[in-house]
Amino acid sequence: MWKKALIAAPYLWLLLFFLAPFAIVLKISLAEPVFGQPPYSQAMSLDNFAFLFSDKLYAVTYLRSVFMAACATLLCLALGFPMAYGIARSSRATRSLLLMLIILPFWISFLLRVYAWMGLMNNYGTINSLLLWAGIIDQPIQLMYTDFAVFVGLVYSYLPFMILPLYASLERMDLDLVEAAQDLGASRSRAFWDVTWPLARPGVIAGCLLVFIPAIGEYVIPYLLGGPESLLIGRVLFDEFFVNRDWPLASAVAIVLLLLLVVPIVLLQRYQARDQESTA
Amino acid sequence: MKRQSRFIVSVLAFGYAFLYIPLVLVVVYSFNDSRIATVWGGFSTRWYGELLRNEQILDAAFLSLRIALTSATIATIFGTMAGIALARFRRFKGRTLFSGMITSPMVMPEVITGLSLLLLFVSLQQLTGWPAQRGFGTITIAHTTFAMAYVAIIVQSRLMSMDESLEEAAMDLGGHPLRVMFDITLPLIAPAMVAGWLLAFTLSLDDLVIASFVSGPGSNTLPMYIFSKVKLGVSPDINALATLIILFVSSGVLLSWLVARRRT
Repeated sequence: MWKKALIAAPYLWLLLFFLAPFAIVLKISLAEPVFGQPPYSQAMSLDNFAFLFSDKLYAVTYLRSVFMAACATLLCLALGFPMAYGIARSSRATRSLLLMLIILPFWISFLLRVYAWMGLMNNYGTINSLLLWAGIIDQPIQLMYTDFAVFVGLVYSYLPFMILPLYASLERMDLDLVEAAQDLGASRSRAFWDVTWPLARPGVIAGCLLVFIPAIGEYVIPYLLGGPESLLIGRVLFDEFFVNRDWPLASAVAIVLLLLLVVPIVLLQRYQARDQESTA
Repeated sequence: MKRQSRFIVSVLAFGYAFLYIPLVLVVVYSFNDSRIATVWGGFSTRWYGELLRNEQILDAAFLSLRIALTSATIATIFGTMAGIALARFRRFKGRTLFSGMITSPMVMPEVITGLSLLLLFVSLQQLTGWPAQRGFGTITIAHTTFAMAYVAIIVQSRLMSMDESLEEAAMDLGGHPLRVMFDITLPLIAPAMVAGWLLAFTLSLDDLVIASFVSGPGSNTLPMYIFSKVKLGVSPDINALATLIILFVSSGVLLSWLVARRRT
């Protein structure tokens, strides 16, 4: 009896506030926008989806979002892997300090951390001032409101999500294996690709998915750091909803985004479930 | 212990500099007297004074704190229940759906969560008249929903790493399951619950996108206020606010790290 209650309370909450909303989004994505409150009709049609697929702008935006998120994921991996490796291989005392410093930014407001880059990348910001002062450039270079700024923001915000799972799998790894490979005559790069990398793969996959999935729908970073022409799908959805007040179209945008994400989300869940079992 | 290669050490140095230089600069600029936030005009604490006199910020901060306290507490209760259910009951009807609903909110893009919850609230209002207005209540529900996922995962992994023999022994000795839960299980997972509560509290204070969807006119949370200001560019009083938050959070994290280190 109490067992049932223990499961039922959070279960019902999630059914009502997590699952049911998706059914409503689906229903409204089939409606038509109308003037009034609420601004959608009871009609059912696939017009919104037909529009999404016929208008090139949306296809380009989806592709751009996937591309930017994928690049940001690779950049996080390129920076995060050696960092996680270094942390996992350092002495006990340093390791706990280094880990704490990776987790610390998590607790500081995400919005304010993105904001911090605005002061750095401004035309009159710290980076430009330094470069001007050093005589490397004689005119401010445009950093803000570019794709470069968006990448910096994405990597900066999501780097800890990459490092932590990488660290978890690298720390568990037996260093003797790498040494054994080298003793048997493997070169350092051979030992890395044949021993370290396969053992780190669960962490690599989890880290990449943890960065890639939320980065696709990112709204704040492209809004604050990206240019007005840098359209990403999160922002398009937000603007369709709030600026154009086209709730049905915004819902259709959300449904298509969700379909794009189903495969990576299911993958992530499978990896996490396996990870839970292997540590238990 | 082998020495680290020079490559690894330099990447580590670069990585940490990348993570921390922006934060340090915000702290430095918050003491800048100049109104143009990135041109140094001498040391001053005037922006802190202006911050404390800005009633809009104080109202927004108060609303955010109320929401964070409420949603973190509800999320900890439901999240702990869910975590126990997932770790201790191997088989029950709908377990796959349940664990899916626990992990998905953590990676779901915020725009989707926000949009779907708002549409739910609008539909509910049409059907039942509730919620009559959007604000504290709707934001709290939204934050509870995604935060309980984090609590559930933390509690679940704590329970998985703990062996069940203590609970089993208590049951064998004739303890009622509920009694065992309150006397054995809950004290053992208390640290995980505290960590979960703190995470839920922080996530709630941090959220901009979901709150923007589910809030109504007149209820601005602190991130919503900050966003509306920094959209227009760098602003000195936001630097001051950011500094207060950075210093408060860092000292809290450092302190708990030192305490944890002394204990081990």
